[in-house]
Amino acid sequence: MNVKEYIASGILELYVAGTLSAAENLEVAQNAKTHPEILKEIEAIEASILTLSKEVYPSKYPHNFDTLKKRIHLDSKKVISLPKQKKSWTSYMGWAATILLTAGLFWMYNQNNSLRSEIESAREENIDLEQKIANSRASEEKTRALLTTLRDKNITVVPLGGQDVSPNSYAKVYWNKSEEKVFIDAQGLPKPPDGMVYQVWSLQLDPLSPTSIGLLEDFATDGDEVFALPNTNDSEAFGITLEPAGGSALPNLEQLYTLGVVAS
Amino acid sequence: MELEKLIIQFQKKDEVAFEKLYTMYAENICGAIYTIVQDTSRAEEIVQDVFVKAWNKAESYDASKGRFFTWILNIARNAAIDEVRSKSFKEQKQNLTVDYFVGILEATENEEETPNIAPLRASLLQLKEKCIQVISMLYFRGYTQKEVAEELNIPLGTIKTRNRNCISQLRANMSSHL
Repeated sequence: MNVKEYIASGILELYVAGTLSAAENLEVAQNAKTHPEILKEIEAIEASILTLSKEVYPSKYPHNFDTLKKRIHLDSKKVISLPKQKKSWTSYMGWAATILLTAGLFWMYNQNNSLRSEIESAREENIDLEQKIANSRASEEKTRALLTTLRDKNITVVPLGGQDVSPNSYAKVYWNKSEEKVFIDAQGLPKPPDGMVYQVWSLQLDPLSPTSIGLLEDFATDGDEVFALPNTNDSEAFGITLEPAGGSALPNLEQLYTLGVVAS
Repeated sequence: MELEKLIIQFQKKDEVAFEKLYTMYAENICGAIYTIVQDTSRAEEIVQDVFVKAWNKAESYDASKGRFFTWILNIARNAAIDEVRSKSFKEQKQNLTVDYFVGILEATENEEETPNIAPLRASLLQLKEKCIQVISMLYFRGYTQKEVAEELNIPLGTIKTRNRNCISQLRANMSSHL
């Protein structure tokens, strides 16, 4: 190879410019290794471009390797510490599942609460029903007892008729002398006004002497208007008067509602 | 040989070698970038970018394919051209015409310079315009021979010799001042 001609061809200038093909580059590099003159020429060409490039800069270049060093460290750190920021579909699924679960739990909590209150009200209803059943049983027993009493052969029935104050009123006294009890059926009496109460009297006719045998308390709420009272007297007649609440020692005859004489 | 070892160390991510290479070439790279961006602070920023890039892809340099300076000059060229094409650059420098470096040399002629540099600049200015064009295109702007031929409207075969003659002229002008 003619080294001088090779140098004169201008290929080395283009090699420094970097415009040769890969094959040409390889060839020049190879020749530079085997021919020191070629390497020397390359270095001289490079030096001229280095000088030129330095000279075209209008001010002094401020060398600053420290900044550069920081940047390459930052860059390498960046490369290491950069985790994949991309959120995977699994994390979205996770959030979705969390939201669904929360909503589901909330719904179940509400369901549970409403079931609880339903149970509570059902229980109350139950108690109510049991009470009613008990009441009606008690009422039935009472009715049976009443019936038994009324059918008793020892019972004396005394009808009481309406008097001047209330001509349409009536009542019946069922008197069991052996048991010393009377049952007053007061269905035919009007409801007593507030603060007043019916009082039942046992009467001796000659001379007329009344003895109180009791009050028809809770008349309005009694339900069957049948009252059981003790009667130890040898009664000849029974009367019912309207008296102030708590009853009176002597009957107010102006308020005598019903009266009946015991048949002898 | 010294340079070869330095480059091998640099490729092994040796920061000391990297600093030496930076010291050797930073201002040349800065000048080359300046011929394109024509803004000193921008050029200096890009130099940093270029050396960071060089560090990050150090292992991609292959000595059998070219000179180290050629390699890093290529990185610098691309970075400078990217900058010129970027939107922010266009906003800052409206109607910028990327001139050849002769304009740069002339422009700095009047500025205060250290006396021993001025004659060198003057000698560089003695380059014929056709040389300035060819050198600028091939070395600083990364034109291929074909692109230079088309741009200057001269036969492709003459590029190689014209460039050789121009570089020889440059070397002669410089040596008279060194």
